[in-house]
Amino acid sequence: MRVAVAMSGGVDSSVAALLLKEAGHEVVGLSMQLWDHSSDSGRTGRCCTLDDLSDARRVAWTLDIPHYVVNLEDEFKDDVVRPFVASYLAGETPIPCLACNSKVKFATLWDRARAMGCDAVATGHYARVETDPASGRPVLMKGIDPDKDQSYFLYDLTAEQLAAARFPVGALTKVEVRAHARRANLATAEKEESQEICFVPAGTRPGEFVEASAPALGLPLPTVPGVVENARGERLGEHDGHFRFTVGQRRGLGVSAPERLYVISIDPAANRVVVGSAAEIDSREAEVTDLSFPSGERPIHAFRADVRVRHRAAEVPATVAPRADGTARVVFDRPVRAVAPGQSCVFYRGDVVLGGGVLRRFP
Amino acid sequence: MIYLDNNASTPSDPEVREAMAAAVELYGNPSSVHSAGRRARRAIEEAREEVALLVGARPEEIFFTSGGTESNALAIFGTAAGKCGRVVTSAVEHPSVREPVAALVAAGSDAVDVAPIRGGGMDPGSVVEAAGPGTVLVSVMAANNEYGGLYPIAEIARGLGDHGIPLHTDAVQAAGRVPIDVGAWGVDLLSLSAHKIHGPKGAGALYVRRGIPLQPHTPGGGQERKIRGGTENTSGIVGFGVAARLARERLPREPGEIVRRRDRLERGVLETIPGTTAVGAAAPRLPNTSAILFDDLSGEALLFRLDLEGIAVSVGSACSSGTLAPSPAILALGFPREKAKGVVRFSLSRLTTDEEIDRVLEVLPRLVAEARAARSRGSVHASAPG
Repeated sequence: MRVAVAMSGGVDSSVAALLLKEAGHEVVGLSMQLWDHSSDSGRTGRCCTLDDLSDARRVAWTLDIPHYVVNLEDEFKDDVVRPFVASYLAGETPIPCLACNSKVKFATLWDRARAMGCDAVATGHYARVETDPASGRPVLMKGIDPDKDQSYFLYDLTAEQLAAARFPVGALTKVEVRAHARRANLATAEKEESQEICFVPAGTRPGEFVEASAPALGLPLPTVPGVVENARGERLGEHDGHFRFTVGQRRGLGVSAPERLYVISIDPAANRVVVGSAAEIDSREAEVTDLSFPSGERPIHAFRADVRVRHRAAEVPATVAPRADGTARVVFDRPVRAVAPGQSCVFYRGDVVLGGGVLRRFP
Repeated sequence: MIYLDNNASTPSDPEVREAMAAAVELYGNPSSVHSAGRRARRAIEEAREEVALLVGARPEEIFFTSGGTESNALAIFGTAAGKCGRVVTSAVEHPSVREPVAALVAAGSDAVDVAPIRGGGMDPGSVVEAAGPGTVLVSVMAANNEYGGLYPIAEIARGLGDHGIPLHTDAVQAAGRVPIDVGAWGVDLLSLSAHKIHGPKGAGALYVRRGIPLQPHTPGGGQERKIRGGTENTSGIVGFGVAARLARERLPREPGEIVRRRDRLERGVLETIPGTTAVGAAAPRLPNTSAILFDDLSGEALLFRLDLEGIAVSVGSACSSGTLAPSPAILALGFPREKAKGVVRFSLSRLTTDEEIDRVLEVLPRLVAEARAARSRGSVHASAPG
C-alpha cells in the first residue's frame, strides 16, 4: 500500500514514517508549508519553519523515502487562520488544530496524497483508529499514552476521513517513540516538542496576533477601550480589546478587587468583558454546536458520556442531549470550571471518542 | 528517469565533464606569473573566447561569474545602484532580477513592470514607453523560464534608440536554444549560465558591451578586470567554455528536433486529455518548453505523482524550502491564482528521445484522470460538516 505521511519535522511523525516503512508499505513523506515564518523572530517550537522542513527531509533521507513539500498556505489561511482570528473577534477561544486536522491534513493534504496514488494518510498523532467488527465503521480511540493523547483534536474527522487515517504512534508511549527514533538514528530523536499555536510567533500572545492579522484578513477590530464589568453590570474598568481575553483568565484584567477575579464571559456585541469570582466560572451545563460523530452515526437520543471541555482537562460525567439541528445541550454531573466558548466539548466512553462539538455562549 | 525539467538544469555533456576533469589538474592560480598559473589563465581565456562566440561578443566583453543569479545582480546593481532612477523590467522576470530591482526600489529607485500581453508575447512598445526620462536601466529577459516566451529584445533596443539607457537581458534560458547576437540585438548587458546549456553549476557570465560603465560588486584581487574579485573557478569556466562551443555547433540543427518532440508531446496532451491548455503557445517561444494548464488539478500533486513514476517535470518556481508557489509569470499572463496552480512545465533537451515522449503520453492521461478524481472527492470533504 502506498501511504502518505504528513511529516512535520517532529519526532512523532518521523517515527510514524519509520514504522510504516518497516511494516512494508511504500511510504511517501509530505511536509506542509502552511505559513510564511519569514517575519517571525523566534523560531523554536514552531511548525513548518525551514528548520522543520529540513529535519523532515533528513528523516526522509535516512528512511530512503521520497519527500515533498506541499504548499498549502492559501488553504491554511482560509481554513485555519482566518476562522481562528474571526473566532477570537467573536469573543471565543478557538482551537486551530481541529480545523488543521479536519480541513487541511485529512482534507486538502489527503486530496494531494490521493492524487499521488496514496491509499492512506498517516500522521504522528497520539490516537488510534479501529474498526467496529459489527458495523464496519471506524472507531476513534485515545492514544495509549495518557500524557500525550491527542484524540481531543481529532473528534471532528468524518468516518470517511478516519477510514483513510493512520496513526502509527497512537499505540506507543512518547518514551517508546523516542526509543524507536534513536534506534533508527532519526535526526529528530531528541527534538523538543512544539506546543504553542504554530502560526503565532514565539513570545506573541494570541490577542496580539489577532490584532496584527485582522486588517489583512478584512476582519474589523472592535473599538477600544471596551468595558470590564461584573455580572451585575457594574463597571469595574476598561480593556484594550476583548479578543485579548479568554474565559477563566485571572491575570492581566487591569481591575483591582478584594477577591480574585476571573473572566466569566466575553460579550463582543457590547464590547464587554465580564469578570466574577471563582464560583461564577463554574458551569452546570453547556451548549454545543457543529456536532460531529467519528463513527458517522448521529445519535438521536440523549446519552451518557465522560466529557472534556479542554485538551487535557479532567473528564467529567455528563448527559448529552443532541438535537436534530446538529446542536446539543450538555449537562455535567458536577460543576465544570471555565467552560470557554470556541473550545470543544468531546464525549468519551472509556477510550472511545463518541463525538464532540464546539462550545458556545448561552444565548 | 525521464528528465523533462531542462529549464531548471541540464545534464552536463560528457565532453564537458572530461574537460572539467582535466582542468581540475590546472591547480595554479590564474593570476600567478609562473607556468602553473599561466596554464590556468590560458584555459580560462580560451573558454572566454568560446562564450563570446556563442553570443557574438568580443572576449573582453565577457565577465565570468558564479552563474545567472550573480550575473543579473551584477548587471542591475552595477548599472543602477545609487542612481535612484527608474528601472523598467518585465513582470515575468526571474527572482534574480526581481529581487535586485526590489532592493533598488527600497533604496529610492522607482520600478515599472511591464506585463506580457495575454497570448504570451511582449509588446516592445510598452517597454519603450515605460522607459521615460530618468530611466537608468531596462532589463527584460530574452526567454521566459516558466512558459518559454521569447521577448523582442532587438525591437526594444531599437525603440530605446540612442538615449544612453542601458538595456540588460537575462538570456539564461535563451542561450543554446535560440541564436543570440548581442550586436544584432543591440543589448548592453546579457546574462548567461553554464548549467542551462549542459555545462556545470557554479559558472556563468555577464556580457558587458565595451564602453558601458559598470560598478564592481565584489571588491578583491582585481580579477575579471576589477569587476569581480575572487580566484577564478577554473574547472567550472573550462566546462562552461566547452558547453558554449557545443551549443554553438549544435544550434543550426538541433532545435528543429527538439521542437518536433515538444510539439508532439504538447499535441498529444491536448488531444488526449480534456481540460488542457498550452500556455503562451501562440506567441514566439523556446523550442524546448511546453507549459500546460490542467483544469481542476493541482499541478503540484501531478508533479509528485509523475516523480513517483520516474518522470521529472516542474511546477511554478521552486523556493528555498522546496515548496512551490503559483508561478508569477503565469499569473502575469492573466491566469487566476487557482488556475495558475494547475500549470505543469515540461522542458526538453537535446537528450530527450521519442521513446520518452511516448512513455509520457502513455501514462499522463491516467495519472491526470486519477488526480482529478481524487480532487473532486476531496471537495466533498472540504464541505462536510464539522
